[in-house]
Amino acid sequence: MSEILGTGGLILNEPLLWHKGKKGRIGMSIPESDVPTAAIDAKLLGDAVNFPDLSEVDVVRHYTRLSQWNFGVDSGMYPLGSCTMKYNPKTNERQAATPAIASAHPMLADNLCQGTLRLLFELQQYLATITGLDAVSLQPAAGAHGELTGMLIFHAWHRSRGSQRHKILIPDTAHGTNPASAALCGFKAVPVKSDDQGMLDPALVASLMDEDTAGIMLTNPNTLGLFEERIRQIADIVHAKGGLVYGDGANMNAVLGVIDAKRCGIDVLHLNLHKTFSTPHGGGGPGAGPVCVTRELEPFLPVPRAVKEGDVFRLDSNRPQSVGRVHAFHGNFGVLVRAYSYILSMGEAGLKKASQLAVLNANYIKEQLKDVLHLPYDRPCMHECVFSDLKQQEYKISTVDMAKRLIDYGYHPPTIYFPLIVHGAMMIEPTETECKDDIDQFIATLKIITKEAVEQPELLRQAPQRTKVRRLDEVQAARCPCLIGPSGD
Amino acid sequence: MRYLPHTPEEIAAMLAAIGAPSLDSLFDTVPADCRMTDAWNLPAAKSEWELNDHMRHLAAAMRVDEHTKVLVGAGSYQHHIPETVRSLASRSEFLTAYTPYQPEMAQGTLQGIFEYQTLTARLLGVDVVNASMYDGASALAEALLMGLRIAKKKKRVAVAKAIHPHYRAVVRAYLQPAGYEVVELDFLANGRTDLSGLDALEDIAAVALQSPNFFGVIEDLEVAAATIHGAGMLFVTCFTEPLAYGLLKNPGSCGADIVCGEGQSFGIAPSFGGPGLGMFGCKEPFTRNLPGRLVGETKDLEGRRGYVLTLATREQHIRREKATSNICSNQGICAMTAGMYMASLGGTGIRQLARLNYDKTQYLKETLRQAGAKVVFDGPVFNEFVVEFPANFRPAYERLLANNIVAGLELGALYPKLAGRYLFCVTETISKQIMDTIGAEVGA
Repeated sequence: MSEILGTGGLILNEPLLWHKGKKGRIGMSIPESDVPTAAIDAKLLGDAVNFPDLSEVDVVRHYTRLSQWNFGVDSGMYPLGSCTMKYNPKTNERQAATPAIASAHPMLADNLCQGTLRLLFELQQYLATITGLDAVSLQPAAGAHGELTGMLIFHAWHRSRGSQRHKILIPDTAHGTNPASAALCGFKAVPVKSDDQGMLDPALVASLMDEDTAGIMLTNPNTLGLFEERIRQIADIVHAKGGLVYGDGANMNAVLGVIDAKRCGIDVLHLNLHKTFSTPHGGGGPGAGPVCVTRELEPFLPVPRAVKEGDVFRLDSNRPQSVGRVHAFHGNFGVLVRAYSYILSMGEAGLKKASQLAVLNANYIKEQLKDVLHLPYDRPCMHECVFSDLKQQEYKISTVDMAKRLIDYGYHPPTIYFPLIVHGAMMIEPTETECKDDIDQFIATLKIITKEAVEQPELLRQAPQRTKVRRLDEVQAARCPCLIGPSGD
Repeated sequence: MRYLPHTPEEIAAMLAAIGAPSLDSLFDTVPADCRMTDAWNLPAAKSEWELNDHMRHLAAAMRVDEHTKVLVGAGSYQHHIPETVRSLASRSEFLTAYTPYQPEMAQGTLQGIFEYQTLTARLLGVDVVNASMYDGASALAEALLMGLRIAKKKKRVAVAKAIHPHYRAVVRAYLQPAGYEVVELDFLANGRTDLSGLDALEDIAAVALQSPNFFGVIEDLEVAAATIHGAGMLFVTCFTEPLAYGLLKNPGSCGADIVCGEGQSFGIAPSFGGPGLGMFGCKEPFTRNLPGRLVGETKDLEGRRGYVLTLATREQHIRREKATSNICSNQGICAMTAGMYMASLGGTGIRQLARLNYDKTQYLKETLRQAGAKVVFDGPVFNEFVVEFPANFRPAYERLLANNIVAGLELGALYPKLAGRYLFCVTETISKQIMDTIGAEVGA
């Protein structure tokens, strides 16, 4: 095996912004005024804003040093389950920065912005064909925003049929955003327990589904990385009781070209463009969470919608049944440009191959590590696999210790302690953009760590040791919150 | 495909290790009745240079492009973006990182967001600022939901009609399904919001004003705070142009309880309306009701200063249906960008830049007035204002457009009563010469 990746290197200290600079410096160019100074009512004037004054070099060094304390997909493998941290192509950044697009104002008449409208229209079409659904809104700014939009659509659809339902079924494996999004629309979340295979049981769904239940929110593949094989049957049960089926597309990277959401019985599906469609996560966002729906639900999508008439693109807001707006303008358009560029670069064959390789990588890791890590559900997985710390417990080593030790070896840890139904969960999603060599190295590293857990457990408990800071006191942070710096200096 | 690294030999070796006969067999758990059977209707895959050509083609279809002077604001502003901000924000250590759930590997993001929270709190005059919301509109909706949570039993909120119409639409979409009612407050002849009827309204948890409002008019926030608090309601303010607070009294110092708005002006390209930045802060007593992520300072094992995401018990991944919001992904890199921009400006620079925007706006307002236009609202304005022209302005608008100038936004679609009136916006990117050109066309 090649040399362990590991960490070390040159880390510079850097103070907080307000401990730098000198009054009177400036870090950007402000034009000389070419107009007279205008009068202003003194009652309106505020005090001087208490920002530090920095030079351009101060600012550049500050953020460059901060960036060196960070780890991105460009730095190394980021096997964060449920997050699909695949490579973010550089060309997508260039396309989003196209001057005519980056400078486009969102309130202009349709005839002044045909290029951006065409992109919106075509991306709607592409996402429809990719999911098998009929119509798409690109407005939601993130996955949870897509979920909220989906719940607004559920609400509006039921209302259009003269009924108002108050409950919604949500599996115990769901992301926390699902119940939170449903609650925003006034739906009470009814949890659905998964069975001992990690699957949803249609009989249980049938027993919970009633005339006061708006429908079900499910994630497929689910958060155990398993395909819900009886999804069609579950959808039929929900539909028969007058409900709708919401598909959380967070895990779509597993099944591009494999599943047809409409044939699965899904009525509304959101996609995470910052997962499946390669747009960067930006240390928290922005994402984009388009919603795809069946023909029957199209009238309820947010306005405006991008439409094409002849050769002309325009925005249509005349949709009386629409849930309204969920974003001030057209969603995170710059993110949409990146996803559009990715789809055009990959094409049909490339996208389908991406899912195959994502699933190949995850199954390979599952097989190679199941001897050293407990695998609670030993079945073929999709794009991610979920282990637990059961085998390490006798050495008093928990998932967090193994995760932190991975940092010393130069890897971002997997998602830990989720899904909630697996005690001490460690959820690994390698994605398709990691090559076999790097995956082999990751597997070898985790094997070393499980050995260390037995022989030198203190190494794990003390990890990470080579980072800018070591384990941080999160209890103290929450008990005495310090959320902004001092205002005095 | 260059993003897919596997060789056929590696695929074969990995399949053998798994014990699967083929890539297709990995999907055997997917039932036949769920399968995609249709071919996709997608264009053939493009090479990198074909993609460049394609995007050039889309760019060429933009009648208004980067060479056009756009005197339209209405929630999206053309300010100069320093190359340093663009360059630093695109560093891939920031850009390609995930949410900082592993703080030892994300101190760059975390300190950067902590600094953003701090500078934003100083700018807005509030005690706490979160790590961002999607945009100004959803931030306002979340602020009103927060007001309803704090007020507990009340079921209604009041919002000014002088708030951006799109923001009000988002508020309605967010609030109505859960059974809340949104009341709208009209504006006066000077463009400020009429609060005279507030006392007569019942069951109102919070009142929201925008300042500078959609018409550019600066609301009297101090008087509004007294009136609103006097009626036992929470005071929410929003904004679309945070640069205004480089010059004007900030909402926190005027008495606002929750302050939110759009931060696109701070180093973020308009990009057809997104990604922008939902800025969101409040006074201290309400911290635990805040939606969204918060970065806090703490110490590591060896006593060194460090940063973590904190007060997560408010959030969906812990609290699920009882969370203060469903938000998860936010606008992280946009908040970092705004932090970089505020740091580049500094206290001296933000005053100077805000003043320049103010002065230039007064200049265009005066120029148009002298050319025969009437200023519709006589309240004080920051960098936007509404005018009415003596004759049909459309021909002049078209002539200016031919000259690569977008002269304002006609308001009929947004405010039917203001049909034929135009909302103008001036920033530091608009020269006196451009403004004189517009004045000459109006007078012609």
